[in-house]
Amino acid sequence: MNPVITKKNFSMSDQVKPTATSNPPSAPVAVPVVPSSTPAAVPPSIAFDIQDLCVFYGKNQAIKNVTIKIPGSSVTAIIGPSGCGKSTALRALNRMHELTPGARHTGKILMKGEDLYGPGIDATLVRRRVGMVFQKSNPFPTLSIAENVLVGLRLNGVRDKTLLNRRLEESLRHAALWDEVKDHLNRPGTGLSGGQQQRLCIARALAVRPEILLMDEPCSALDPIATAKVEELIHALKSEYTVVIVTHNMQQAARVSENTAFFYMGSLIEFGPTEQIFMNPKNPQTEAYVSGRFG
Amino acid sequence: MLTPHQRYRKYKSAFMSGLAVFCAILVITPLGLILYHLLKQGIGALDWNFFTQLPKPHGETGGGMANAIVGTGELIALAMLMAIPIGVFGGIYLSEYGSEKVNFWIRFGADILNGVPSIVWGMTVFAIAVAPFGTKSAYAGGVALGFIAIPLILRTTEEVLVLVPNSYREAAMALGIPRWKIILHIILRTASKGLITGILLATGRIAGETAPLMFTILGNMYWNHNLKEPIAALPLQVFNYAIAPYDDLNRQAWAGALVLIFLIFILSLGVRLISGGMKKA
Repeated sequence: MNPVITKKNFSMSDQVKPTATSNPPSAPVAVPVVPSSTPAAVPPSIAFDIQDLCVFYGKNQAIKNVTIKIPGSSVTAIIGPSGCGKSTALRALNRMHELTPGARHTGKILMKGEDLYGPGIDATLVRRRVGMVFQKSNPFPTLSIAENVLVGLRLNGVRDKTLLNRRLEESLRHAALWDEVKDHLNRPGTGLSGGQQQRLCIARALAVRPEILLMDEPCSALDPIATAKVEELIHALKSEYTVVIVTHNMQQAARVSENTAFFYMGSLIEFGPTEQIFMNPKNPQTEAYVSGRFG
Repeated sequence: MLTPHQRYRKYKSAFMSGLAVFCAILVITPLGLILYHLLKQGIGALDWNFFTQLPKPHGETGGGMANAIVGTGELIALAMLMAIPIGVFGGIYLSEYGSEKVNFWIRFGADILNGVPSIVWGMTVFAIAVAPFGTKSAYAGGVALGFIAIPLILRTTEEVLVLVPNSYREAAMALGIPRWKIILHIILRTASKGLITGILLATGRIAGETAPLMFTILGNMYWNHNLKEPIAALPLQVFNYAIAPYDDLNRQAWAGALVLIFLIFILSLGVRLISGGMKKA
């Protein structure tokens, strides 16, 4: 069992959110699955170190030899035309792609130095540390607003009422939804508007205190006002979280992200600071895409 | 003015529409006939005693079917005690875990079982749960009815679980919730109305089964306090009374049939109410 991602030391108690620096550099030494390629050399500000990743669905190759280092405590956008593999790349980061029958992968993803796919690493525990928000808001229809936010904690065994109440308010405030719902927390979550539902889903993901938040086109079903709210929220989140966001909307990528990765046909074409990708791309394909000439 | 051809088409259309309406009415006519006959023949024998008294010895008038009504309740409870866990867990397997290949054969088997005539179940259960113990019993009847209910509950459970959108499974997975808790607390809860509907439908189906009970419970005229012994049941009592050479018993058979139909009516109404509520949500 990997000593870092274990049930024991993953506690949902009210401890300080583990940051990259709380991961002592000596820890990887005890990790048998990390090769001698010196994970200690990975700077703590790297959230994901993706090495030569390929993902296959049956015979289809969705991701082709992607190598990329996603920095921590910032927002990274993944852009590209439909079917270019950006969602698959995102889902590989918390092992959600494994839910698709016939999915397999090669290559390696290190999260803060630990191999996400190492032997003995439980996908469920990975997903507790890497939260996800989906394209379509999906609050659980049988649960109230409060129950939706707390479901991740409750079903992971948290019983402490004061902690639950504190997390409820904290998460909803974090998701900029508290003022709108604080007076009817017991109403069903599905009774909210589309934009509110999406922010509820963000609050739900934040309540378990993940270290990283993945967002798969979180605004594509929202109107401009709701989109602006979610974008503001992403801005606010990046001081505490690493956010990786897949988006169809290039303006959105330009607005919210520090770094941008451009995918095309399953390959990573270019990765760099967002400004550079949009203003001064090095690759002609990137330039053609961001200037709207194809895709 | 209509041309003759247009007029011909108009009449043809009216005739076809009329035919469709007629057939639709024909479909529910038997229900009307059944209710009319049952009410006419059975309502007279349906009094307080019918629900509270034991059957009188043959030849005496009066008495009721209290033991058979309670017996039917016990049999349904026994059957459901067996069928709900097996059917629901099997449905969970089909919907959440099983591979395509395994699922195909399980579904195929369940569909065949759904078509097995109930008298075959009676004979089967006689061989496995009556003959070895040397006596017909409430347990044997419950097992026979349970076998009939299992494939029904299995298939409806699978169908309603598959209807739960995958996005809920993914959302729960992304929160790092263990899979069994997702199934128990989120998927089953989301599908709970459908699950209850399926269970009620299966209850309605087995409540009136008679053939399997002939082989398994024997029936009796008194209160049964031991599930290892023969027990009375409404459908079986109706059958026995209907073929008895006494007018009074025949009347009671009609009344028993009326109570059975009423039971099914209540169950169907419950199903309607629950699934109607589901549409609103």
